[in-house]
Amino acid sequence: MQLFLPIAEVSVNAFTLIGLGGLVGLMSGLFGVGGGFLITPLLFFIGIPPPIAVATGANQVVASSVSGVLAHVKRKTVDFRMGGVLLAGGLVGSWTGVWVFTVLQNTGQVDLVVQLCYVVFLGLIGAMMLQESIRALRRSKNPTYRKRLHQHNWVHRWPLKMKFRASGLYISVIPVLLVGLAVGVLAAIMGVGGGFIMVPAMIYLLGMPTKVVVGTSLFQIIFVTAFTTVMHAISYNTVDIMLAVLLIVGGVIGAQLGTTLGARLKAEQLRILLALLVLLVCGKLALDLFLRPDDLYSITTGTH
Amino acid sequence: MRASLILAMAVWLGAGPAPAQDDPPRQAPGSTVPLTPPQQGYPLYPDPQLPRSGDAEQLPPPSEQVVAGLSSDSVAITASFDGSDILIYGAVKRETPIPPGLPLQIIMTVEAPAQELTIWRKSRHFGIWINSDKVEVGAAPGFYAVATSGPLDEILLPEWDSRYRISLPLALRAFAGELEVEDAVPYTEALIRRRQANGLYRLDEGSVKLVDQTLFRADVRLPATLIEGSYKTRIFLLREGEVVDVYRASIDVRKVGLERWLYRLAFDQPLLYGLMSLAVAVAAGWAASAVFRKLRRA
Repeated sequence: MQLFLPIAEVSVNAFTLIGLGGLVGLMSGLFGVGGGFLITPLLFFIGIPPPIAVATGANQVVASSVSGVLAHVKRKTVDFRMGGVLLAGGLVGSWTGVWVFTVLQNTGQVDLVVQLCYVVFLGLIGAMMLQESIRALRRSKNPTYRKRLHQHNWVHRWPLKMKFRASGLYISVIPVLLVGLAVGVLAAIMGVGGGFIMVPAMIYLLGMPTKVVVGTSLFQIIFVTAFTTVMHAISYNTVDIMLAVLLIVGGVIGAQLGTTLGARLKAEQLRILLALLVLLVCGKLALDLFLRPDDLYSITTGTH
Repeated sequence: MRASLILAMAVWLGAGPAPAQDDPPRQAPGSTVPLTPPQQGYPLYPDPQLPRSGDAEQLPPPSEQVVAGLSSDSVAITASFDGSDILIYGAVKRETPIPPGLPLQIIMTVEAPAQELTIWRKSRHFGIWINSDKVEVGAAPGFYAVATSGPLDEILLPEWDSRYRISLPLALRAFAGELEVEDAVPYTEALIRRRQANGLYRLDEGSVKLVDQTLFRADVRLPATLIEGSYKTRIFLLREGEVVDVYRASIDVRKVGLERWLYRLAFDQPLLYGLMSLAVAVAAGWAASAVFRKLRRA
């Protein structure tokens, strides 16, 4: 069924979009990533203009995150206090990021910077997670090894300590705010919710237990992407609500299935899967940068 | 953006210095290609800075005239819009017998409103392919179709082509601002190539059916990816490569219903539109969660 999108001004197959939304929703429920880093490139691929893909992708992530977070609230795996502190940093970061984005756009190199960001961050995080989860799998096969509750590192020595009961942590708010801020900046530049950076940062930097990480990350992604959506709608008129609704229909169903599936899988397996996925996307983007493109020319509307 | 569009239009309308009659034709600096178009492929892009001529010129009343009609003078873009076919038909009105010599030929063009665009070229820096050079085009039609009754380069002389800007490369107008590259031809060729690949620019040679040098008709396919606006339609009557009469009409392409309402809201009330998008997203997320909880309990 072909559908004409009012803002994107292209005609697309409705079922393709629902399918795309479903796939990304599944990731969202399973890993606690918003899926922005997948939906945006996939939308480019089916011919949606990049600015519209970024803005509408953010809107879709809001829906799948709401759906996912409600399932996590039921299971009491959301640390609201931690989420709130991360969010405070995240909104400031997002504001800064939008400003950086405008500067990059004026110099005409925004595509390159966005792609490089993806390759570097996805590569680093994917490799880190894969190494860590393989180590954890080996440990779980060795029953004599007793795992500590969490590791104490430099993060625990800073002032302004706060109790995060759901995470079982008593740490300084400064690193939490900084993580939120950094993720907010990157999220705005890369046009994503930032879950794929947030999740590993929570596990490895803040030492949060894996079971609350996904719900908490989704919780703060809702607000960061909601903010992004409204910003894009106001400043660039690039949110296509028709496109968003189709992606959302697929996305919310996918997110529910993902959450159910996630409850049945082991944390180590989940992490290996996410690590492999992150590395896959990274590899694809890196190839695009380093291989000679099929067509050296590309067209953008408007002049710079 | 608006300002630069107006500027580009001003250049195109000839506000810039007009070349004297006997000036050699100007070309993009560094370009070594001859101005006369080669017979194969598309003629190369001549100087877009040249003022547009011809349309305003008074022709003597032609002995043969076009009388034509369109199957519809408006196209409504609805949610299920999947492209549209426009039937253009007509007849040649003449007071005298059909002149001897080469038979009459017909060319039709349908042209969407012009847009500003930038054509980027990638090159390799430090092992990475990045957009390095660009050509900015002040006005390129979002859609352009040419339908003819015979091979374009055989039925139309180059000077008449440049007077009426009929062939695809000529449909692109002034570059915006100073040229930053030595040779803009590969850029405009890339633009035409890419847009031909997705059906936005088309040359359908021989698609105009002409009966007894009098009755003609052609179907012009409008793709699903259309911009709104008034589409300029022209029908040219040709004898021995020269244009003897032109007929003009316009097709109004407009979004209707829900499409129109959403589009207007997005541009007139962006904050409201953004919040509405959010509300839809939150409601959908909540609904899915509630439905699945019910399903699991059942």
